[in-house]
Amino acid sequence: MPQLGETVLEATVTRWLKEPGDTVEVDEPLVEVSTDKVDSEIPSPAAGALTKILVQEGETVPVGSVMAEIDGEGGGSGSRAATEPAEAPAEAPAPAPPEAASPAEPPEPPPPAKEPARAPSDGHAPNRSSSGRNGDAQPFRGVLSPLVRKLAAEHGVDLDSLEGTGTGGRITKQDVLDAAKDGAAREAAPAPEAGSSSPGRAPAPSAPAAPAADRSEGLEDTIQVGAMRKAIAEHMVSSSNETARAWNTIEVDLTRVSRLREQAGPAFKAREGFSLTWMPFVCKATTQALLRFPLLNSTWNGDGTVTRRRYVNLGIAVALENGLIVPVVKGAETMNVVGLARAIRDVADRARNKKLTPDEVQGGTFTVTNPGGFGSVMSVPIINRGQAAILAFDAVIKRPVVVADEDGEDAIAIRQMVNLSISWDHRIIDGAEAAQFLAYLRSLLEEADFTSDLSGVLSS
Amino acid sequence: MLPILQIDAGSTSYSGAYAWQQQLHARRTANLIPDILLFLEHPHVFTLGRRFQPAHLLEDPAVLARRGIEVREADRGGSITYHGPGQLVAYPIVDLRTRAAPRPDVIRYLRLLEAATLAAVSAFGIQAGLRPGLTGVWVGRSKLAAIGVNVSRGVTKHGVAVNVSTDLEFFSSMVPCGIPDAQVTSMERELGRPVSIDDVASVFAGHLASSLGRRVQPATIGDLGLEPVPESLAQKPVGKVAARG
Repeated sequence: MPQLGETVLEATVTRWLKEPGDTVEVDEPLVEVSTDKVDSEIPSPAAGALTKILVQEGETVPVGSVMAEIDGEGGGSGSRAATEPAEAPAEAPAPAPPEAASPAEPPEPPPPAKEPARAPSDGHAPNRSSSGRNGDAQPFRGVLSPLVRKLAAEHGVDLDSLEGTGTGGRITKQDVLDAAKDGAAREAAPAPEAGSSSPGRAPAPSAPAAPAADRSEGLEDTIQVGAMRKAIAEHMVSSSNETARAWNTIEVDLTRVSRLREQAGPAFKAREGFSLTWMPFVCKATTQALLRFPLLNSTWNGDGTVTRRRYVNLGIAVALENGLIVPVVKGAETMNVVGLARAIRDVADRARNKKLTPDEVQGGTFTVTNPGGFGSVMSVPIINRGQAAILAFDAVIKRPVVVADEDGEDAIAIRQMVNLSISWDHRIIDGAEAAQFLAYLRSLLEEADFTSDLSGVLSS
Repeated sequence: MLPILQIDAGSTSYSGAYAWQQQLHARRTANLIPDILLFLEHPHVFTLGRRFQPAHLLEDPAVLARRGIEVREADRGGSITYHGPGQLVAYPIVDLRTRAAPRPDVIRYLRLLEAATLAAVSAFGIQAGLRPGLTGVWVGRSKLAAIGVNVSRGVTKHGVAVNVSTDLEFFSSMVPCGIPDAQVTSMERELGRPVSIDDVASVFAGHLASSLGRRVQPATIGDLGLEPVPESLAQKPVGKVAARG
């Protein structure tokens, strides 16, 4: 597992793009991996025949782990993989009888734990006892990663009580997180149905209560959510729980920007190879406004301090087929409209092609989301964790608005109007600051001169 | 022949230029842009490199601040130096990796910078030279140009500062480059006549480009999609502040 980023300690294999026996070229995509931040493709470091896959799909391994073997000679490789068939079923959970491992088994009192106050819930006791009955003592203690230990300590999960799902019964990060979630759920609602279910044939833990089964049969399905969905869910809930979210919106007249886009658009597209959209203008103005209102570009540290910034790392929400990712345009304050257009295009493209590195989805100081592409006219986004606010750029729509005519009289005109909304954290910002930020942002979009940013395009 | 884009940015704050360098470095590393040669002048600033020792700064930073001099840390080699008006600052953002040599040769690059600087000042009739073990370009025991670089992921940052018409008085508040017996000089002091900073830049660019096997191509900050970072904002101290309530 290569170093994916400075802060990434481990990653999960999501898909092997090659099978044993396939030949790979240097830098040819070999495997897709997922961290809690990003999915990315790992290129092959060498050319040759893929002889053995050592980390199965779904397994999480630390950075630096050997993931596969590639025979540089290109031949005579199949034999070695074949001689070690034990590796193949390694992804299966350790061999505990499924019914014994079922959480529906009547709970036993929790075993004495080292940290009684944060002992794991009784739901894990069956796992532990079943291991004991099997005499199946996996030597997992020796291969626990530091991350797993840390997570277990944080969540009060007793590692002795866990069955690892990793190679050779190794306990993975996900095992600890699952156990922590199970524990939390059980503490909140101490399994009332546990006593009523027969120990032998317990319903699947995720199945809903039975009554609807007759009507809904065939009309609903239950899907497994992937790592990205889980990560999004976790981020969103924790942000929603942590922040005191409030919301403002302002109407902005983008007619001037629209004219500039029309004027510069064709030459821009000819030179850059992609269209000049609204986004770089909005992002430029947002960045300038953030420099003026650094509290909108800050982090609540939770220790009585707030860190303000005089640089802007702009997160750009990018919709993917199966989720959402927020790559970060770093140093946005150093970029003009053209620079931002290129940078946004670059990260959005790479987000869709899974070519982002984990570092590129970290370090954001403010986020812009753009639901307008789908026609939405007003949005209340959730603040990206660790940030103070998020801007939603909705659909630009021609609307009749009251303007002053040449004589200063009120008149109705057709203008390109958009609603810009921010969700902001009321712990850090108050309504006045938020509204002033929006007003300044509007003044920049309606009045700022973007022609110098596009001079290279306009003159060509 | 591959281009190296020469950009004359004029007066730019140290922190603003540093933000540009980071931006260009990231884009160069990702191979989104060609090599860049950024020329500019800084407002008064003392910069502290990785080998800075407190004894090399002879003035209280608070006093310097009252005189309008910033003090900034810099992720380059060397100790303390001064940048200010009349000094030509060259920041080459160059990918040193080649197919033949995937590991960049930093020492060779330092020698290239010295050679290009030496050639540039010599073109104006200055008898300058190099001193073994002491990076930079010297006239006798006086330093005419300071060099400090950072190479990460094979791409360079920082570069050369040539005193063209620099007010040398500012160096009296420091031990320049941490070398106690060193003096500083400028091209104008050596020649006793005005020298155009743009001309020096132009000669330097030609020499550096040819030693790197590049051709100089003029460009602007705007062409690269860069935005000037407002100096007022860049200098405003913003950090941790007490939370309200």
